[in-house]
Amino acid sequence: MLLPNLFRTEYRNIVGVLCYLFGIEHVEIAEDIVSDTFLAATEHWSLHGVPDNPTGWLYTVAKNKTRNYLKRNALFEKKLAPEIRYTSEISEEIEIDLSGKNISDSQLAMIFAVCNPAISTESQVSLALSLLCGFGVQEIADAFLTNKTVVYKRLNRAKEKLKEARIRIEQPTLSEINNRLDPVLTTLYLLFSEGYYSESQDTVLRKDLCAEAMRLASLLLGNEATNKPAVNALLSMMCFHASRFDARVGDNGEMVLYEDQDEARWDQELISLGKDFLIKASTGEEVSRYHLEAGIAFWHTQKEDTSEKWERILQLYNNLLILEYSPVAALNRTFAVSKARGKEQAIAEAEKLGLTGSHFYYSLLGHLYTGLDNEKALAHFQKALEMAVSTSDQQVIEKNIEKLFL
Amino acid sequence: MNEFLIAIHRDLKSKDASPSPEQMQAAIKPFQDWIGSIAAQNKLVAPPKRWDLDGRVVTKNSTVTNGPYAEIKESIGGLFLIRAENYEEAVEIAKGCPILEWGASVEVRMALG
Repeated sequence: MLLPNLFRTEYRNIVGVLCYLFGIEHVEIAEDIVSDTFLAATEHWSLHGVPDNPTGWLYTVAKNKTRNYLKRNALFEKKLAPEIRYTSEISEEIEIDLSGKNISDSQLAMIFAVCNPAISTESQVSLALSLLCGFGVQEIADAFLTNKTVVYKRLNRAKEKLKEARIRIEQPTLSEINNRLDPVLTTLYLLFSEGYYSESQDTVLRKDLCAEAMRLASLLLGNEATNKPAVNALLSMMCFHASRFDARVGDNGEMVLYEDQDEARWDQELISLGKDFLIKASTGEEVSRYHLEAGIAFWHTQKEDTSEKWERILQLYNNLLILEYSPVAALNRTFAVSKARGKEQAIAEAEKLGLTGSHFYYSLLGHLYTGLDNEKALAHFQKALEMAVSTSDQQVIEKNIEKLFL
Repeated sequence: MNEFLIAIHRDLKSKDASPSPEQMQAAIKPFQDWIGSIAAQNKLVAPPKRWDLDGRVVTKNSTVTNGPYAEIKESIGGLFLIRAENYEEAVEIAKGCPILEWGASVEVRMALG
């Protein structure tokens, strides 16, 4: 395994176990111990070579460093003593359990602690990347197209809020699961979207973000209590979207629009996984937004434009909007109207949306007028171009304008 | 923005009930499109539910009859809440109800306060 990957995985594993043991109050101590461990590893391994079992090496050193820390820091011990739940009395030989079982238990507990409405959703995503995924501050800054200082501040504020709110790092009880699962799924959804729709040109990083969101969703499915239909639906949706990850990036890193994609590059394995999860999601009474979005994503894996495809997509968008309004869903629904009911009807629907603050709205109108009234289409695309901020959005609009003159 | 009640009335079970069950079946998609369109404008406050066709009617002296049909020719077939600037806009939205075509009527009422 590559060292950066090893460090990323073991960072979240060891930090998780230590936080599970110490509580959120001492999250920085947990992070310091793990950073120290990695520093020691880098030094030692560069002199003596990487050991046969690097993970085991890291665990031993992390355990020793934790014990030393506890012994050395009497004040900390005093403060910590009542909070340690795994040892009845604090002794010299405190048990630091880095077994697979305890790692996955602590990961689950950490997910529920981090994805907490006590902090803003944006901070939740950043904190999830840091504590649950082991991403460095620079990587998080790259993902959000910002700088390290901003991310540091955001992470620290988020940790302070969790401490103030006295968030406990524990397994959610069965009766809590339903209420507490919602914010968790929202954060995983955002984490995935951050990777999938990010402005960042770093495709590898963006793929990592999506993969992490999928890993965390799988982790929830691995636990009986959190293996719920909505979680299966969420992971199903992620699989369907991720199947197009390679096809949507062109040779020069530019976005390839859905209709221009080479479907031979769609990942069939992910599509079939997505179907499996969608089947597993189809139990129980509840139809979550993830069910509807997974359904929409499923129909997008069918390249052929059948009338059934767009009819289904339209109905799914209807239901999604009835459940919860969002401008993106409103625009996409209107696109589905054009495919299922014709452009004239879609134009009438679009004009009712009044989303005049969004360049996507003008792009949609441009699309709808294309072929009907190219002059109007051009005017709308130009309006969209004026409003678009990111280069990738501008490129997409320019491409659409070019198509007008073909 | 004001809230408006949209109540769809229809003849549910008289001898020649209209719309007929077949017509209602055919109206499902247009109905969903209509509600979806309202929702896409962010004007849906409370979505419609599906109601059974059983029902009870309570009148004076606690007389209970089965089904609303004997006493009330036009029963409530659908009920939901929307957001609109004024009656004009609410009525414009109500005009989109696809069941109107088959003899239903739509009652529009503005919530006070």
